[in-house]
Amino acid sequence: MQRSVLDYLEQSAEKFPDRTVFADNENKVTYREFQAQAKAVATGLAQRLNMKTNQPVVVLIERKIESLRGFFGVIYSGNFYAPVDYQMPAKRIELMIETLKPAAVMVTDTTRRVMEQITYDGNIVSLQELTETAVEQGMLDEIARRQIDTDPLYAMFTSGSTGVPKGVLVSHRSVIDLIDNFKYEFGFDETMILGNQAPFDFDVSVKDIYSTLKNGGTMYVIPKMMFSMVARLIDYLNEKQINTVIWATSALRIVENLNVFSKKMPRYLRTVMFSGEVMPNKVLNYWRKYLPEVMFVNLYGPTEITCNCTFYKVDRPFADEEALPIGIAFKNTDLFLLDGDRKNEVEPGQVGEICVRGSSLALGYYNNEERTREAFIQNPLNPMYPETIYCTGDLAQYAEDGNLMFVSRKDYQIKHMGHRIELSEVEIAVNALPFVEAACCIYDTEEEKIVLFYQAAERCDRELLKQLGKNLPKYMFPNRLEYFEKLPLNKNAKIDRTWLKENYILS
Amino acid sequence: MKEQLLSILNDLRPDVEFEKEEKLIDDGVLDSFDIVSLVSELNSEFDVEINVMDLEPENFNTVEAMLELIVKMQEEG
Repeated sequence: MQRSVLDYLEQSAEKFPDRTVFADNENKVTYREFQAQAKAVATGLAQRLNMKTNQPVVVLIERKIESLRGFFGVIYSGNFYAPVDYQMPAKRIELMIETLKPAAVMVTDTTRRVMEQITYDGNIVSLQELTETAVEQGMLDEIARRQIDTDPLYAMFTSGSTGVPKGVLVSHRSVIDLIDNFKYEFGFDETMILGNQAPFDFDVSVKDIYSTLKNGGTMYVIPKMMFSMVARLIDYLNEKQINTVIWATSALRIVENLNVFSKKMPRYLRTVMFSGEVMPNKVLNYWRKYLPEVMFVNLYGPTEITCNCTFYKVDRPFADEEALPIGIAFKNTDLFLLDGDRKNEVEPGQVGEICVRGSSLALGYYNNEERTREAFIQNPLNPMYPETIYCTGDLAQYAEDGNLMFVSRKDYQIKHMGHRIELSEVEIAVNALPFVEAACCIYDTEEEKIVLFYQAAERCDRELLKQLGKNLPKYMFPNRLEYFEKLPLNKNAKIDRTWLKENYILS
Repeated sequence: MKEQLLSILNDLRPDVEFEKEEKLIDDGVLDSFDIVSLVSELNSEFDVEINVMDLEPENFNTVEAMLELIVKMQEEG
């Protein structure tokens, strides 16, 4: 019985010892080498922590494969890793460290200097030094023997509405559940060559890392620069023969915005998966037109249920104005839509909050009982024994074909001039316009105005509203338009709604 | 022309001192979303058609390089 994600590494290292598992622009490492290095790091770390287990270890990361060695060193040591980008503001890193109270902070030669600006009096350990440790297999076996599958694997931070980031704590079991499902649903195998776009402190990368390991594939860490110099991106995909990508919606949008495929085509892609924000069909249709043989999959889910809980394999044509389904739940995951009081399921076809049940549920927010209790609640449909569900705060409804349709965040639904309006519906309509690059809506409750923020080559309020009239009733028109050359993005490359709200809505 | 370019760049990223930067792309000062909007802006302001094949770091690493690219494109156009 599998208790640890390490089994993926152990098994693939046995089968494909000399295959490259991870590569970045400067380095690459085989399965056998990676395993040996991770065990060395683990031995050194376990010695320094006196074999204490289930402790948080912050890994101050760069976008390099050595970060992954740090993660796996932490895992072999029986602890859990919390990846923190060393380029984040020191204040934010400090908040994370305050929350975690980590047993150690692992640094590299490059990331070490960050700790000079941060108050922390615990262990600071060097990845390079730990890698020099002689492996003590007996010690690692003893640690592994005591491990159970509900032990934490990682803590990933998501922004908190109160300004303090929340560390979502995820167990081995949840990741095993996810990765086994991915293999089953999407037919991943040892021929997988994956192009990683997601930063390692963002849980999209969990799918890349562990799918690669489970399937015995190879993962290339694509340099960030290539997502702006996109001709290079396509060359890179072809040079490395990358066949699988699990990217942020925004990365696919860039390719469409710059009309990359008119000049260069990826030749090996088989599977393109995306998540993070609503995929406009205009963008997806562009990809589908050029890559008709590729399987496209829309993935949905928050970090708290371990990356994704639903998927939709795109299987029919969609008009630009249509919404793309988020599909159906993965196996061993149950979803239901609860009403506003979180007491009962909504009637069939009605809009409700997506709530999730299953092994995929995170253990909670680390060292934050209050927030944990708000979102991880007793299943209201089951008063008979303890059973936790996670309430996503996302509203959805079932379409007639049985697919789940994302509607909006719980707080996006508005009542405006007596009409019930989903702002996402306005957003979809605006995003479908050919000259609009990106857009989002925020409701100004004080002024009772729908404010539209849009990005386009030039200001075009009049044309935009004229075109919008073709799809939306007048009462759904934005009442105020704010033009942007470039909409602000948050750390996860999503439109920064919080910033927009603070700067344009609240006076 | 340089002033026009600088004003576009400053509007786009008021936080960057463009004339001092030598590796706008290689150092990741400009990200992918900056490039998307910059390209469409340059195309309309200078009446050129920068396409995806021109998106090479050496064309965007400095203000001078961008100017060269624009001039070259205008001459070709």
